Amino acid sequence: MVNPRHIFDDELKALRADLLRMGTLAREAVDKSIKALINRDTSLADDVIVGDDVIDKMDLDIEMKCMELIARQQPMARDLRIIGTILKTITDLERIADHAVDIAKIAKILANQPPLKPYIDIPRMCELSLSMLDDALKSFVNEDIELARKMCERDDLVDALYNQVFRELLTYMMEDPKAVVRALYLIFVARFLERVADHATNVGERVVYMVTGVLKELNV
Amino acid sequence: MNSTKIKFSVRNLNIYYGNFLALKNITLDIPERSITAIIGPSGCGKSTFLRALNRMNELLPNVKTEGEVLLDGKNIYSPDIDVVSLRRRVGMVFQRPNPFPKSIFENVAFGLRIQGVKSREQIEEIVELSLRRAALWDEVKNKLHKSALELSGGQQQRLCIARVLAVQPEVILMDEPASALDPIATLRIEDLMRELKEEYTIVIVTHNMQQAARVSDFTAFFLTDENRTGMLIEYGNTSEIFTIPKDPRTEGYITGRYG
Repeated sequence: MVNPRHIFDDELKALRADLLRMGTLAREAVDKSIKALINRDTSLADDVIVGDDVIDKMDLDIEMKCMELIARQQPMARDLRIIGTILKTITDLERIADHAVDIAKIAKILANQPPLKPYIDIPRMCELSLSMLDDALKSFVNEDIELARKMCERDDLVDALYNQVFRELLTYMMEDPKAVVRALYLIFVARFLERVADHATNVGERVVYMVTGVLKELNV
Repeated sequence: MNSTKIKFSVRNLNIYYGNFLALKNITLDIPERSITAIIGPSGCGKSTFLRALNRMNELLPNVKTEGEVLLDGKNIYSPDIDVVSLRRRVGMVFQRPNPFPKSIFENVAFGLRIQGVKSREQIEEIVELSLRRAALWDEVKNKLHKSALELSGGQQQRLCIARVLAVQPEVILMDEPASALDPIATLRIEDLMRELKEEYTIVIVTHNMQQAARVSDFTAFFLTDENRTGMLIEYGNTSEIFTIPKDPRTEGYITGRYG
């Protein structure tokens, strides 16, 4: 029997693909912003800043498509939960990309200043946060709630690293007033990465809702 | 379901047309002063179920009903039940507006006259009240003695609702009450239903899932098995049925992929 909803199904499939593309771009933006910071690469930082327009546009496009599908196709049950999940998730992805821009701007400022210390924990935080984002997107694509739940548990590791970075940079500031500006910027960077992990957790919560209909916080 | 009082308690209801089992083992409770929607594909027994609630199926030949339908705890199929007074307590509104070819006033007064109400004053009072409750009074108060057939489809349907209300029912059964109406008239009927549920128990059969989602408090989903026998698949809060249905067949139907 022909699926009477095939047109809607095709549009929903395209929407899910759009979301995945947006997520991939946001992920790349964060990755590039940290590389720009570590390698003092201002042109890579500029790439991230300019590239944010594309992600902002995708955010609006996907939102409009979701609204149109709701208005024209009256989705119910699981279909409705998928669209609700997409609507919420694009906001998280857009914020992640904004944090990449924040980091890229700091990268440009710090590129002209002597290094405060070798980068150790910040790249680790970046790797962890991005692995969470990767798993969040993968769990969305595969509707894998186990992966989503396990991913959310890793948020604690990111929080722990953030606290560690914070304390360490605090000692730098206390020892040398000339370090304050650079250390503060690095605390911001760590904070932005910590937020990326929080947004990944949000996406994981939505995936669990999308699949099961149960809406709750996975890591509080 | 929740703490409100149960108006109808349907227990193991089977309905046959001749040898054909049209509805199988339906058990559900319909809460008082709420709107319960029955949804499902054509031929799943929705209307048959609705007609079982005021014994309208008996007007069709060769219908056999098994099981119990308790109205306020009393089985409406027990031999001592007076069917005429049952149908007064449980009124019905049909798919196509079916006013009598009489004046607007006489349509609403009809049931009262049958009941033997003689007082002109009392009849006028009840007619006005019923038309007001059916949200029709302001539109017809200056032409009460014109033919009901001059009204628009939506007005005729509200007139039929007023006709039911005039005999002071407890339950209003609605079989696709808006399917012959335009979208605005449909929304007016839905709005009216929301007002009426403050005082009446409403059971509505509808093909229009969005209508069920918009207007009802509870939704029951019916489907046929391989023998074309209707069954109750899922029953619950409307908001849950339309966001997190438990049965994959409900999910398939309300997302438009099944049935």
